[in-house]
Amino acid sequence: MTATTRRIEGVNIIDLSGRITIGEGTVILRDAVRNLLQRNEKNILLNLADVSYIDSSGIGELVSSFTTVGNQGGKLKLLSLTKKVHDLLSITKLLTVFEVFDDEARAIQSF
Amino acid sequence: MPSPVLLVRGFQFVELHPRFMSSIESTVEVRIRSSLDYTDLVENITNNLTFLAGCDSDPAYFIEMAVREVVINAIRHGNQYDLDKQVRISFRFDADKFEVQIQDEGKGFDFEHLPDPCDPSNLLKSSGRGIFLVRSFMDDFSLTYVPNQGTLVKFVKKLSRS
Repeated sequence: MTATTRRIEGVNIIDLSGRITIGEGTVILRDAVRNLLQRNEKNILLNLADVSYIDSSGIGELVSSFTTVGNQGGKLKLLSLTKKVHDLLSITKLLTVFEVFDDEARAIQSF
Repeated sequence: MPSPVLLVRGFQFVELHPRFMSSIESTVEVRIRSSLDYTDLVENITNNLTFLAGCDSDPAYFIEMAVREVVINAIRHGNQYDLDKQVRISFRFDADKFEVQIQDEGKGFDFEHLPDPCDPSNLLKSSGRGIFLVRSFMDDFSLTYVPNQGTLVKFVKKLSRS
């Protein structure tokens, strides 16, 4: 898994690529979010377009990131879910928790 | 170019045409030590076998996910990373179904009272979704504690071919 961060109009977009699974994948996501929070960057958009697979630990890490950012007064939103990731978040009722966008520009405007 | 070969416990499976393999019942058993280092190996074996079974991509994906979730649970919660304990994974498949049995050597747990991860009070918890996902995506699912042996998880995915 790789995580690359870019900043557009005050929103930090983390482009994730690969698999968010127990071990390396979840650690990379956690570190990417933590690094932004340490710089007081609290508007975070996770781009999941190139995430091919998420296991239950990965889902847990998304939730954990969401609550950590929220507890610090920030917002964490999701961009470009693949169908399978969408299905996983739907069946776990997490689409009621996360704000999800298909369009990056609209996602940025929402912060 | 030679066909890919999968070696499991001394047996040799030469890749055959999926239609041929799916017309007969096949059984493969794998035993691993209780280390997460083996999860990718188990996943690769699972993917090889769903291919041999002729699974479409969606059921193959969900079988892979289910095996991975249950094996990780068995290593973490069942055997508690004890390298002297094993996890046994047994695959059986034919033209109609793909069945998996996964057994740890742990002390069991209260699976009758697993919290519902979709309950609003649990939605923001960072764990507790693995078994729920397996139950959701498999057609049959059972979880049994066998005294002095461990927890046995069985699940089945019915196969429909496009």
